[in-house]
Order: sequence, then structure tokens, then C-alpha cells
Amino acid sequence: MKEKMIIRTENLSIGYEDKIIMKDLSFDIPQGDIFIIMGGSGCGKSTLLRTLTGLIPAHSGSIWIRGTDFINGNPQEKLEVIKHSGILYQSGALFSSMTLAENVALPLAQYTSYSPDKINQIVAFKLALVGLAGYEAYYPSEISGGMRKRAGLARALALDPEIVYFDEPSAGLDPISSKNLDDLILEINKTLGTTIIVVTHELSSIFAIGKNSIFLDKKTQTISAKGNPNELLKNPPNEQVYEFLTRGEHDEERTK
Amino acid sequence: MVEVKTQGDTIICTLEGVLSGTTPLNIPGVLHNKKIQLLGSNIESWNTDFVVILFDALKHFPKENISYSQLPQGMEQLLRLAFQTPHQEKETPHAKLPFLERVGDIGIRFSHCVKKGCTFIHECLVSWARQLAGKAVYRSKDFWMILADCGPKSILIVSLISFMVGLILAFVGAIQLKTFGAQIYVASLVTIGMTRIMGAIMTGVIMAGRTGASYAATIGTMQVNEELDALQTMGISRTDFLVLPRMNALLLSMPILILLADFMGILGGCFVCVLFWDIPLAEYIKYTTNSFYLNNFLVGVFHGVVFGLIIALCGCYFGVHCGRNADSVGAATTKAVVYSIVWMIVMTGLLTMACQRLGV
Repeated sequence: MKEKMIIRTENLSIGYEDKIIMKDLSFDIPQGDIFIIMGGSGCGKSTLLRTLTGLIPAHSGSIWIRGTDFINGNPQEKLEVIKHSGILYQSGALFSSMTLAENVALPLAQYTSYSPDKINQIVAFKLALVGLAGYEAYYPSEISGGMRKRAGLARALALDPEIVYFDEPSAGLDPISSKNLDDLILEINKTLGTTIIVVTHELSSIFAIGKNSIFLDKKTQTISAKGNPNELLKNPPNEQVYEFLTRGEHDEERTK
Repeated sequence: MVEVKTQGDTIICTLEGVLSGTTPLNIPGVLHNKKIQLLGSNIESWNTDFVVILFDALKHFPKENISYSQLPQGMEQLLRLAFQTPHQEKETPHAKLPFLERVGDIGIRFSHCVKKGCTFIHECLVSWARQLAGKAVYRSKDFWMILADCGPKSILIVSLISFMVGLILAFVGAIQLKTFGAQIYVASLVTIGMTRIMGAIMTGVIMAGRTGASYAATIGTMQVNEELDALQTMGISRTDFLVLPRMNALLLSMPILILLADFMGILGGCFVCVLFWDIPLAEYIKYTTNSFYLNNFLVGVFHGVVFGLIIALCGCYFGVHCGRNADSVGAATTKAVVYSIVWMIVMTGLLTMACQRLGV
């Protein structure tokens, strides 16, 4: 059976103002996938994420999300896409003046007509899903970085989105917290069927959770490899991908 | 000692003896087509200062044209590390542009700033309209917290400053008026001055420094922490959610603070007149009452409303357009205060002219 594509980009060029960072980006993301956007520092991974989430406009090309033209579609259609997407930012991006419960409740209050009691129930459930049961009244400043990320994930999951984007989920976390977050991502993907898109250069996460991936090459300013990260490691299509996936260590051994 | 010789397309630098940061180097400038060979078999000693000046002299040569394999191991490793990436200087387009193009560039950037400002004001007006239609979304809890911060918590500082301004006006005025034996008119001077404009201006300046700066810093920090991105990707209007409650809070609190400032200024004048110029309290009150015109008071309050709008817009605008680092938050805060005060003074001039034309 043919896989249903939830995101499709064609000849996408991205960047800031007049500067193009990446061009000719064409890739498909199947529904229910865990898709990794990887590449070296400063190659444009986060810029691609910001373009996919509508934070910055694309220079050219097209993005189709859930069958909607995300670049040229009308605002109402785009809003529908936004409602079905959640994002976990690098820092968690929780609103510091609000408690965790208020943070998670915000999208629910905005887009649903649920009663306050129902919203409180959903909030408690979402926080429990990410391992923060009972933390409703805490402020972001009162919890650790890893907990902030999990609370951010609870907010991203508030509206039961079809797509969740993760921007460098492992950044600033110790190895155990990072692994726990990876496990949580796998659980969410498995139990809720959510499509997960992760921007990262953390190799352990890439191999642990990635089903499909693209590698952004800073030199050629485009995608230089596509596929399952473990497959790419076994059969690297080029030197850059091999160096990246082996941290350049195998290369050093070879030169020795 | 460094000896430089040219053989065909190769520059040969022979390094000998003791090499330090003061060793003179006579390597020619940028010659991309030349190869450079460094020979150092007779080096007695060297330090990193010498490597620094050697790198500075060679940094513009393509790394593949430099051969340093015959240098001492440490020096070779340092140079290899330093040359691992090509030398890339930041482009400074303005220095290279001719005068007219620079003027044009400044003009284009200015027009972009004006466009950004107008877009922001338009967004705020649309939000306001949405609010009137009951469609704007912001948390009432946020509004009450902001109102408490810019209203009740500002009372003390507004009272103190206004009292001092009234006091200064009375002192300065009385010194001049005494020469004509007309020091009783100090009461009129203070009353008219405070109610017409001074109360509004002083409150505006205080609120720009206190509240406008706080708006810019809060929203700027939210920008740094990606909170504004989070709002946008949740499909929540940042103007509705952040700007509208701040604008409403200032528009509500400014007239009340101005009323307080007027009263405290008049009280300051009274303090000086009664204690220092022996004017009886009853006389001061009588002249104050006679000089109090509703027109002046309403003009002052109207100024306050306009100032409140300016402070809220400047504070929120610079917060929303803040960069993503700590320096930018500082810059946004400074700009919010400076632009608020400048625009308040400009608007005071325009409103004064308008009032004169209208005979108010």
C-alpha cells in the first residue's frame, strides 16, 4: 500500500531576507514517520524548521502540509494546519509568567470550547503523559531544563496534533535526560501515531529514533542524502555524510 | 632572523636563530599566484608571539600555496591548525559603496523602518477593532497584573516627582514674580502649568522610563526565549496577546496618574508658598481655584492619553522587534525610552499648535 505523505516540499529555497541558505529542497514525509533533519552546525536545519512552521517565508518552491499549500494557501487553511501541529522549541519556550497548567491550557482555551474543568482534566493528563503529573502549579523557573522541555512537549501535544516538530530536543540535556526524551518521542509516535520531525545533530538520538532522514550539506546548500540513518551509515552516499555519522573518527583511523 | 628570497613563482622564507614577536618580517603582501616555502632547520628558539606575526603576514595566502613542513614540529602544528579554514573577513559593504549609493542605502533602510512601524501600528489598530468586536484573545489575568504594575505601583514615584516639579515651579516663579510684588500669582502659575502640560509630561517621562522600558525588556526577553515564536506557531496573535493588554493598561492608568500628578504639583507649590514666601494658605487655595480651568485640565488629560499610547506602542514595538541576544534586549529597552520621550515631545508640540488653532 502506498504511504500517505503528510508533508511534501518541492524545490524549496530557504533563508533570511536576501540570503539563500538552502535551495532545491525536495522531500516527502510519510504520515506517522519519525523524520530527522540533520547536518552540521549552521547548515540551515533550524531555518528549514522555521520555514516549515511558517515562522519565516520561503524564498521559492512549495510546501504541502496535510494536502494544504502552506505557502500560498489562504490564512484559514494555514490556521487549520497550525492547529494540527505542535512544536517543541530548543529552550522549551514556556511562558515564564504562566504556570505549567496555564501554558498547556493556552492552545486549548484558544481553539476549543471546552469548559475550564474539562481543560484542567486534559492539562493534567498531558502533563502526566510527559512524566510531570502533579506539576500543574509550578512555574517554568521552578523546574529543571529537562522538565521544561517535557512541559513544552505537553503543550505541543495539547491539541492532539498530527505533526510535532522538535528543534534540537537533546540540546542542554544530560545523556540520561536526553535518552528519556528520545524514549518519550518513540512512545508518542507509537501510541498516538503522531508524525515526528526532529532537527538535530545528536548522533545517539538520530540512530535511536530516526526512521527517515535528510542530510543538509552546507557546501552544496542542498540535501546530499536521504534515507534511514542506520542505512546511511552502512552505505554512505558521500564523504560528508560518512564523516558526520561517524563524527569523523573512522576517517582519522583510516588516515592513521 | 627572517630572510626572504624569490625564486620564480616561489617565495622562500628562511627562519633562523632566535624568533620572537619583535623579529622583523619582510614577506610581500597578497600574491595569490605565488607559493611560499618556510624553512626553519636553523631555528634556535621561537615563541607563539612569532607564530602570531607569521600567521598575520601569511593569512591572505591560499593555504595550499604555503609549505611549512620544514619548520619545528610545534610551530608547524600551530600553523596547520590556524590555516585549517580559509581566511574570511567580514564584508563591510558601506565602506566600499560610493557616497550616493550609501545615501540611497540609508534611505532604503529608513523606508523599511517606517514600513515596519506603520505595519505595527496597523496591526495594533486591527487588534483594537477585534477587541471592540469581542474577538481579541488575551488573558484577563495578564491585563490586571499589567494594570497593577503601571497603575498603583507607579503612584509613589509619580507623586514624588510631581510634588518636586510643583515645588521647583513655585520657587523659580516666585523669585521672578517677587520683583513685581506679585508672588501670589505663583499659585496661578503652578496650577495652570501643572494642569495644562507639566503634569502630563512629567507622568509621561516617568512612565516611559518605568513602564515603557519594562514592556520592551519583557517582550524582548520573550523573543530571546522563543516565546514569541511559540505564540506565532500556536496561531495566537502577538498583538492581541501582548500589546493589547499593555496598551489598555496604560490608556486606563495615565489619566488617573495625571490627575494625581496635577494635585501633587499644586501641593508642592503650596508647600513653597506657605512655608518660604509667607503666602497664607487660604490665599493660595483661592488663587489656585480661580486659575483652575476645566479646559486646561482636559487638555492635560488628553496629552496623557496620547502619551500612554506612545509609551505602549514604543515599548511593545521595540520588544517585538528585539534581536535574539542579551545585548538586543538592552538596546530595545534604551530605544523604547528614548523614542517614547522624543515622540511625546513632538506630539506635545503638535497638540499645542492644534490647541492654539482651536482656541482651547
